[in-house]
Amino acid sequence: MSLLRIRNLSVAFSTASGAFQAVDAVDFDVDPGEILAIVGESGSGKSVSMLALMGLLPWTATVTADEITFDGKDLLRIDKNARRRIVGNDLAMIFQEPMSALNPCFTVGWQVKESLRYHLGLDRAAQHRRAIELFEQVGIPDPEKRLTAFPHQMSGGMNQRVMIAMAISCKPKLLIADEPTTALDVTIQAQILDLLADLRNETGMGLVLITHDMGVVAETAERVSVQYAGQKIEEQPVGPLFNKPHHPYTAALLDALPERAIERLLPTIPGVVPGQFDRPTGCLFSPRCKFADATCKTTPPATAGTDLGNVRCHYPLNTGEGIAS
Amino acid sequence: MSDTASDVARPSPLREFWFYFRENRGAVIGLWIFGVFAFLALFGPWIAPHDATAQFRDATLQPPFWQEGGNWTFPLGTDPLGRDMLSRLIVGARFSFFVGVVVVSIAASGGILMGLVAGFAPKWVDTIIMRIMDVILAFPSLLLALVLVAILGPSLTNAMIAIAIVLQPHYVRLTRASVLSELQKDYVTSAKVVGAGLPRLMFVTVLPNCLAPIIVQAALSFSTAILDAAALGFLGMGAQPPTPEWGTMLAEAREFILRAWWVVTLPGLAILVTVLAINLMGDGLRDALDPKLKRS
Amino acid sequence: MLNYVLIRLLTFVPTFVGVTLISFGFIRLLPGDPIIVMAGERGLTDERYAELEAQFGFDRPIFVQFWEYLTGVLQGDLGNSFVTKRPVWDEFFALFPATLELSICAMFFAVVLGLPAGVIAAVNRGKFYDRALMSTALIGYSMPIFWWALLLIIVFSGNLQWTPVSGRIDLIYYFPDPTGFMLIDSLRSGQSGAFTSAVRHLVLPTIVLGTIPLAVIARQTRSAMLEVLGEDYIRTARAKGLTSGRINGVHALRNALIPVITVIGLSVGTLLAGAILTETIFSWPGIGKWMVDSIFRRDYPVVQGGLLLIAVAVMIVNLTVDMLYGVINPKIRKR
Repeated sequence: MSLLRIRNLSVAFSTASGAFQAVDAVDFDVDPGEILAIVGESGSGKSVSMLALMGLLPWTATVTADEITFDGKDLLRIDKNARRRIVGNDLAMIFQEPMSALNPCFTVGWQVKESLRYHLGLDRAAQHRRAIELFEQVGIPDPEKRLTAFPHQMSGGMNQRVMIAMAISCKPKLLIADEPTTALDVTIQAQILDLLADLRNETGMGLVLITHDMGVVAETAERVSVQYAGQKIEEQPVGPLFNKPHHPYTAALLDALPERAIERLLPTIPGVVPGQFDRPTGCLFSPRCKFADATCKTTPPATAGTDLGNVRCHYPLNTGEGIAS
Repeated sequence: MSDTASDVARPSPLREFWFYFRENRGAVIGLWIFGVFAFLALFGPWIAPHDATAQFRDATLQPPFWQEGGNWTFPLGTDPLGRDMLSRLIVGARFSFFVGVVVVSIAASGGILMGLVAGFAPKWVDTIIMRIMDVILAFPSLLLALVLVAILGPSLTNAMIAIAIVLQPHYVRLTRASVLSELQKDYVTSAKVVGAGLPRLMFVTVLPNCLAPIIVQAALSFSTAILDAAALGFLGMGAQPPTPEWGTMLAEAREFILRAWWVVTLPGLAILVTVLAINLMGDGLRDALDPKLKRS
Repeated sequence: MLNYVLIRLLTFVPTFVGVTLISFGFIRLLPGDPIIVMAGERGLTDERYAELEAQFGFDRPIFVQFWEYLTGVLQGDLGNSFVTKRPVWDEFFALFPATLELSICAMFFAVVLGLPAGVIAAVNRGKFYDRALMSTALIGYSMPIFWWALLLIIVFSGNLQWTPVSGRIDLIYYFPDPTGFMLIDSLRSGQSGAFTSAVRHLVLPTIVLGTIPLAVIARQTRSAMLEVLGEDYIRTARAKGLTSGRINGVHALRNALIPVITVIGLSVGTLLAGAILTETIFSWPGIGKWMVDSIFRRDYPVVQGGLLLIAVAVMIVNLTVDMLYGVINPKIRKR
């Protein structure tokens, strides 16, 4: 029984110059206790899909989907109050910039205890105990003293730990981490990722990790969903994805990793992600793809089956029928 | 590389600005009213049915045409000296418009220049300029203007000078704050590296990027200037009678509040409508120019 | 925090000196010879002229004159009024409570109505309440307040006869040993109807004086709230599943209050400017009316001294607001 099922999710924003399709018919599945990574460049719509799930998009966004089911509940048609009881409780999210994601006017202790008070109804003493417990769990030294600190008095890494503590305070079934380490130092990155993986092992919660860093994916993920320009273009378990990527984009991303460099110059992917005003007809990746031909440029590719990782490509790689890349 | 991009072009900055501005219906209405106001200011004397200072002794304190005793010769009635209200109001637009334009020009140009200097100059120059501005800002604006006019002598010109001096520190502060924050940015460093001289750096590189809040402030100052000039006129320190400046008209009318409401209500209404229009425009400008409120 | 306080106090000094310089220079900027101006229309004999010159120190170099003025000011000696012959300092403090009382009431009116208005407008952005409240606020500060006062007088004093036209209290009441604050005095005296009379006299001037600050506070609160509502930590609060009431009223408002309190404090300057007009129209015996009358009566020591005292009062309020800002903004309070 999957924990999260999303089918055909699309998000459009209304802007000064017309509608912008940020997310285009994507599907997601997360099983209980699974770690799913969503990878893509900036502008691929990876954060937007998850924000839509949580109900955190601004009023200019229009969210449409065939199905959004979490823990057996229909989040698409749910009423506001019921949604609020789930969000922050069973379904939690942490964000990219820990320094600005915490309220500067309240102590971190107050902010963590708020979730406990609101969702679990604990009394003062219980809140205090649990808050200390949580801080210890996420690895904040000297937790009792830290409860009275303000966000600006602590480092980015510490703040991110506070955010994680806040998010797991009600023992969520699924934690969505939106680029949790992008704004942090490399050494702290490793610590935070280890923390998230450990928490998964300890509590059995599912984890959706949004990132643009393939290194992070290799370290932590179990399954990977690759997004490009708002579309899901491939999804595979992490091992097979790294060994036999099916989509040229995934292959190009992997080729660009320094660990895989064969020559002195790192290969890059020429061009940029299409924005609002230059969306190609046909396959969205065709302007930058070295295998693109006339069909690619005119006809949008269909989604292949699960055996080929749901790849959206007219000529997927590593199909076993021939050798490419 | 392929050129199969679909053809939605990036809109030009002016068109984008107009998109946001136009959305704000109030701002557009304000623009129209301001247009009428400017038109009256320019062509007033030729549009007005009568001469604004001509006194019709046998028609003093006539009510507007919709009340009993009024007629169409003097559609909005006459004042205690028999002067036609409509003509006086129309010609009065000229003075208010003139005040707004002159005050904003002086305050803005002086203020922007000083703000630029304060932002670019060494710390001690900056400190001196800001202290002077602090001193001016320590006085309540109307009070300072009043005292200045008392020194210079009551007249509309002196009122304009006084108000311009009082409004200037706002521009200095605003420009300086923008300049200081722009100076941190990379594009300024690259301009310096390429060899831009100081005048070019100040006026061509940095200033255009500071203009948005200044434009909004200019709209706000326009209306403040009109209100302050009217206040000074009301206190007897601005335009002197028989000049048909709206504030001065209110001063003359004060004793007739209960007898002849139109002599009091109409000039004030004229001020209100004009200032409201300008403020609506100013709000629209601010919303359209503020990058944080943009949607894309 | 200490750093912050010290810097603020240090900037107070040169500004104070600057303000004194301006008020000192004022009388010397008048066209014509200041002594002849001061003497008025009676004319002077040469000896009398020399006497006055020596008395006011005009025969000494300008720096010495300024120094003497500055030291005089610090001791509270601002000269005497030409008209009443009483020390300017005494007159100021005799009339100050009237303006203070009116200003406090006006500020209270502005904050109590303006803050909630701004919050409601921000939360309902683009919808009816936002547009209605902001339109009203816009009209509020587009109006010439002297006209607004006259309109209110026409309606409430003229047609409805609910409020009086001038003064602070009905003339039949007399309070020995007053504090200067009519509301306090009337309550303390226990005379029947005194308090009501004081309140009725306060209503229109409060509304008139408070209208612009009300509009400004409403707009600034809305703008600060909108800015705060776009911040990341509000998204985090939503991700915690909190109610909008809690998010707006606690998480957002607490942050929005920081710039708004600064605005409230800085409105004091506007308040004093507005007091000039309000007091003139309602014959409210406060500092504003005193200044206007003195300007017309050419009572220059009063104008000079009053200017200085008012400016210093505004500076003290600004300084206090700065300090308050340092306290309520945790980023400054705790380094």
